[in-house]
Amino acid sequence: MGVLRVPTPEPGPAAEPAAGPVTEPVSGPAAGPESGSVGGSAAGRATGPASGSEPGPTLAVTGSTAGPDPDPATGSVPGRVPDAAVEPVASPGTERDSGPASGTLFAAGGGVAIVPGWRRRVVPPLVAALVLAAAMTAGLLVGAADMPVGGVLLTLLDRLPLVSVDSGLSPVEQALLLELRLPRVLTAVVVGGLLAVAGAGYQGVFRNPLADPYLLGAAAGAGLTVTLAVVFLPGETGVVAVPVAAFAGAIGGVFLAYALGRTAGQGGGTATLVLAGVAVMSFLTAIQTFVQQLDVEELERVYAWILGDLGGSWEQLAMIAPYTIVSVGVMVLHGRLLDVLSVGDEEAAGLGVNVARVRLVVLAAASLATAAAVAVSGLIGFVGVVVPHVVRRLAGGSYRVVLPLSLVGGAAFLVVADLVARTVLAPAELPIGVVTAFVGAPFFVAVLRATRPVET
Amino acid sequence: MRPVRLALASVLLGVLGLAACGQAQDSAPAPSSAPSAAAASPSGAFPVTVQAANGAVTIAARPERIVSLSPTATETLFAIGAGPQVVAVDERSNFPAEAPKTSLSGFKPNVEAIAEHRPDLVVITDDVGGIVAELGKLQVPVLVEPSATDFDDAYDQITDLGAATGNADRARQVVDGMKQELDRLAAEAPKDKKLSFYHELDTTPYSVTSDTFIGRIYGLFGLVNIADEAPDTAGGYPKLSAEFVAKADPDLIFLATAKCCGQNRDTLAKRPGWSGLSAIKNDRVIGLDDDIASRWGPRVVDFAKTVGEAVRKASG
Repeated sequence: MGVLRVPTPEPGPAAEPAAGPVTEPVSGPAAGPESGSVGGSAAGRATGPASGSEPGPTLAVTGSTAGPDPDPATGSVPGRVPDAAVEPVASPGTERDSGPASGTLFAAGGGVAIVPGWRRRVVPPLVAALVLAAAMTAGLLVGAADMPVGGVLLTLLDRLPLVSVDSGLSPVEQALLLELRLPRVLTAVVVGGLLAVAGAGYQGVFRNPLADPYLLGAAAGAGLTVTLAVVFLPGETGVVAVPVAAFAGAIGGVFLAYALGRTAGQGGGTATLVLAGVAVMSFLTAIQTFVQQLDVEELERVYAWILGDLGGSWEQLAMIAPYTIVSVGVMVLHGRLLDVLSVGDEEAAGLGVNVARVRLVVLAAASLATAAAVAVSGLIGFVGVVVPHVVRRLAGGSYRVVLPLSLVGGAAFLVVADLVARTVLAPAELPIGVVTAFVGAPFFVAVLRATRPVET
Repeated sequence: MRPVRLALASVLLGVLGLAACGQAQDSAPAPSSAPSAAAASPSGAFPVTVQAANGAVTIAARPERIVSLSPTATETLFAIGAGPQVVAVDERSNFPAEAPKTSLSGFKPNVEAIAEHRPDLVVITDDVGGIVAELGKLQVPVLVEPSATDFDDAYDQITDLGAATGNADRARQVVDGMKQELDRLAAEAPKDKKLSFYHELDTTPYSVTSDTFIGRIYGLFGLVNIADEAPDTAGGYPKLSAEFVAKADPDLIFLATAKCCGQNRDTLAKRPGWSGLSAIKNDRVIGLDDDIASRWGPRVVDFAKTVGEAVRKASG
């Protein structure tokens, strides 16, 4: 997305996402007849998967409150089609027992099949984990520096505790592998996971399929502070300060948008917040462009950052580790609450959920995740918005599934994208942001064509 | 303005534009075969017609109020004795010190700000935002002298400026002097060792291939450019992978990032996986003045001297 939103010399992260919340969601029209006919796939995810394992106190009430009046929910969720939503919700009792728990939508090879619930719970995570493992292995084996496969594997083995083998790689090659390639692959894992899970979190909070991690000004904030650092900090300081500046800027941008959104829309829904984000984004981008004009010769450093770069180091990974753990932990634990939230604010409140607090917590965690990712990698688009949708299509819409699977799927996706970025022109590289969009968009379309719609 | 770095920026912009919807205006200096001095007239004979990148430009009388919006042109004008005719130079023209520096921008030229200096000749690297036509409406002749792609191109530009300003003889002397000096440096350089090098344009790290003006300077010394392994599709300014640079282990490292980004041997050694590089261990990391290393004026000779010195040390 970082790429797509910069069509002209003005690095305007503002333009593109601005369209997001305003435009009608793409998935809207398609959602109707299909999801209806498959039987509760759409609304099922709100109550169904959650009820599968433990019918806690919250969910016991689900049916009764959601039943009488499904409209607020459908009204506020763009793309949700009343027909599909009403049916299963109207008969909550049977639905919880039979519907989504025992059979649901699962797509394989372009077909849609009803498969038993356990398979849906087991197969997607397994597949995702395998794909990630395969991607990481490929990422470690392939690179600009030719190293024998056996040597690479043995060197990695050698690093494990209690294992000592002679890999046959020269010290320089070992340093390459352990100091450059391994941290790079891990950076891709962490950044991809963070962006995807943050995207899923934002989509949950805003109930908007086009929400992405940069929705609330994280990208614009980071862009501004990085530009300031590049332009005003001399020499090496200006280089070292970039990750810190990016992190602070991303947090600051979101905070500004949040503060504005709150003061502007007293008690208003998420729309005001999104609009505040748009305003903040445009404003910060304008300042960034102005600052850039002050020092034209540093332009390419700023652009290089905007295009994203995964050339991480162990230090950078260590730097964002705490934020990564906290933000991911918080978001994954809020999966169930996000599911409840998706039935609508009033219903969720009726179930005893503190809607405002859940929203704030998830928003904070997602923003923290975004800031951590932006700090080490610049602006990498597409991952955050697309991976959660792919996951939904393949594994169902419950946030208890979407969040963890987005984490793994985003990681795998970015590792693969980075692999492409560093090999197609080797030993030169493509900016990662170009690859995520170039590889990601066709892949996304393919998944959209092969599967059935699932609500955000 | 450091045009080579700007060229890199425009390459990046090009990428952005492609990725978006291909609407980015490509301001990258096109390889120009055009510039060649058509002026055969002796110094001081006006009117004179000069072939610049923007076509044939006729200058009616010897210019006395020149505005240079190109740091390279500024250096050239002062080197060929046209300094006293220059009334204003852009904010990036930091050499020589006596150049009348102003806040004018060669990157975003403002026609009114330029016109305030009442110029009778304007020199710029690119026709940004139709500035040539705008100044043309004010009857001000403009010479567009873009980034040189090879030595002949650079010499032509100096000759152009000489003819256009009534300093053709001095210009010829400067060009001849440059040629001699570069020939001498090239001849003196020990070439038997086939030393390899890496020229760092940006810490990301971007480099230059031998097809660029910078790359050609290294070519004089029989050096092997590790960036040449990048495919042509990566352009003349490829973004190399840090891993590749480490694996290639160049004998020499030249840093055009010394001034902008404070890079040196110590900061390189701190980069992941690079500490064992032989250029770092053997102290063969050479910081360049990035202004000199990105312009194509008479000071190219200084750049070449730095390279020659480094090659001699490394071979000795």
